[in-house]
Amino acid sequence: MATTTPERTVPTMRRPVVGWLFHDGLVVTRRNLIQTMRVPELLFFSLVQPVIFVLMFAYVFGGAIPIPGDDSGDAYRQYLVPGIFGQTVAFAAAASTVGLSEDLHKGIVDRFRSLPMASSAVLFGRTTADAVRQVLVLVVLTVTGYVVGWRINDGIANAVLAYLLLLVFAYTVAWVGAWIGLYMPNPETANTAGLIWLFPLTFLSNAFVPLAGMPPVIQTIAQWNPVSSLVLACRELFGNPTGLAPLDPSAPWSLQNPVAYTLIVCAGTVAVFAPLAVRKFRRSAG
Amino acid sequence: MSHSDNAIVAEELVKHFGDVRAVDGLDLVVPYGKVVGLLGPNGAGKTTTVRILATLLTPTSGRATVAGHEVTRHPDAVRRSIGLTGQYAAVDEYLTGRENLDMVGRLYHLPKNYVADRAQELLERFDLVEAADRPARTYSGGMRRRLDLSASLVGNPRILFLDEPTTGLDPRSRLQMWEVISDLVKEGTTVLLTTQYLEEADLLAEDIVVIDHGRVIAHGTSDVLKTSVGGDRLEIVVSPGSSLDDAVAALVGFSDGAATADPDTRRVTSPVSGGSTVLVDAVRALDTAGVKVDDLALRRPTLDDVFLSLTGHVAEEAPAEAPTSRGRGRKGA
Repeated sequence: MATTTPERTVPTMRRPVVGWLFHDGLVVTRRNLIQTMRVPELLFFSLVQPVIFVLMFAYVFGGAIPIPGDDSGDAYRQYLVPGIFGQTVAFAAAASTVGLSEDLHKGIVDRFRSLPMASSAVLFGRTTADAVRQVLVLVVLTVTGYVVGWRINDGIANAVLAYLLLLVFAYTVAWVGAWIGLYMPNPETANTAGLIWLFPLTFLSNAFVPLAGMPPVIQTIAQWNPVSSLVLACRELFGNPTGLAPLDPSAPWSLQNPVAYTLIVCAGTVAVFAPLAVRKFRRSAG
Repeated sequence: MSHSDNAIVAEELVKHFGDVRAVDGLDLVVPYGKVVGLLGPNGAGKTTTVRILATLLTPTSGRATVAGHEVTRHPDAVRRSIGLTGQYAAVDEYLTGRENLDMVGRLYHLPKNYVADRAQELLERFDLVEAADRPARTYSGGMRRRLDLSASLVGNPRILFLDEPTTGLDPRSRLQMWEVISDLVKEGTTVLLTTQYLEEADLLAEDIVVIDHGRVIAHGTSDVLKTSVGGDRLEIVVSPGSSLDDAVAALVGFSDGAATADPDTRRVTSPVSGGSTVLVDAVRALDTAGVKVDDLALRRPTLDDVFLSLTGHVAEEAPAEAPTSRGRGRKGA
């Protein structure tokens, strides 16, 4: 029988495996960011929400919450804005949960799985895009902060460090969010489940109120909550009131070294959740 | 068995989802350059089979080789040789048509310039140039399928899996898809096509593999399968004024077997051979016997008849396989 084996000529490119993972991750990141731009309404409302938080907390609660160590009239607003920064980047995780769940339930992941790409690039692209999106969110929040009276008081270099720390944190929670997204039976569930854990994570912290007024057990939890160390680090780097006495010897290590503690928790979390998510993603292929 | 001439070889393929045996010992061989149609009702295991061969699912047991590479051991090598178009257009609806093709090309690890040229070529070929820079969510169902098919062709695969490529399409879009698929086949692309439309298998596939309950129950060309059900049949509807018995008696001379009469429909059916000359002879004999007929036809068996005789049920037309097979795909551990 005259069967021929047609040889198709397509140019091939060679790269080390890690290079391809990086390349594929960027391709998927780009795709996710294009999606964001194509749904400007969603982007708009995701920006409006933290702005409303700033305005509500600043004007509704502002007068009722004294900040230890700062008696000035706008102390709470100075205190609050980095807290909202921390809360907002933490909520980036919900976008990863929903986004990944939606991808899984549309045909697009089938397409990805049938391609000779690094399959984990779907997850790297998701988490990277969700962290990158926070840059825009932080710009809008910074402007809003300036409008309500918040200021960067400790130089640009430190402020840049604070923003970078916020983005590292966003990337970290995005991995946890992505991991949760892989277990969701549908995008609707993802929408709810993706948010639930973020409320205790952000409210059991110093983001909105100083730790000193909390009951002892909650206070201990909040002291070790990485959102607290993140927000404290930002307050220090922005030169805003921290609500803590300088070098309070009774403060736990997490609050005495907030930058180091935040980075350690982020590194540990990614080291655990990235492999878990990649494994789950590969296995759920059947 | 030599694998060198065969694009796809599956041996004793089994896939269980819990207690459900979606694929239950399936054997399949697709030579290079052939179009094989995998025909079966909903839940027959068509989609699961394709997903295993396209490396989306791991088989519970059995072996499958695609383009000479074993699917479980060298999935990346398999993926470089295949294109997959599923029941659901696997395109990103927020990306434009061109962006979709560009993304897929890059994930095939093809050079940027090559991908750009290839995307343009495919957009032109599939009549998508005008819509190329619009987000895919603005596309009609037929356009999405064509974009999805383009995406699976970006890497110029030697082997193409088409999983129910026209399910849910309107008749015009379906005809368009058929044309496109026929062209691909003429160019020598190996195609494994699943369908529940008998017409589609008949039209596109040289070899048809009929599966039910995860097993192959018949295979051959469309003609061979039809012949296996029986040869031609002469069907006569006798006018109310004439006797059915007279009609049956008049046909004795041509029948290969006993003619049967159904008094309710006044239909007489008789197995015959000899092609259309039988028709002329039959008309003459009936006329001589004084039997008046309302209708007279020579029928070849259709794939519907094949299906019915093999499975004991008719092929369903509803595209209801989709949710279950997709749900399974993810739940499988």
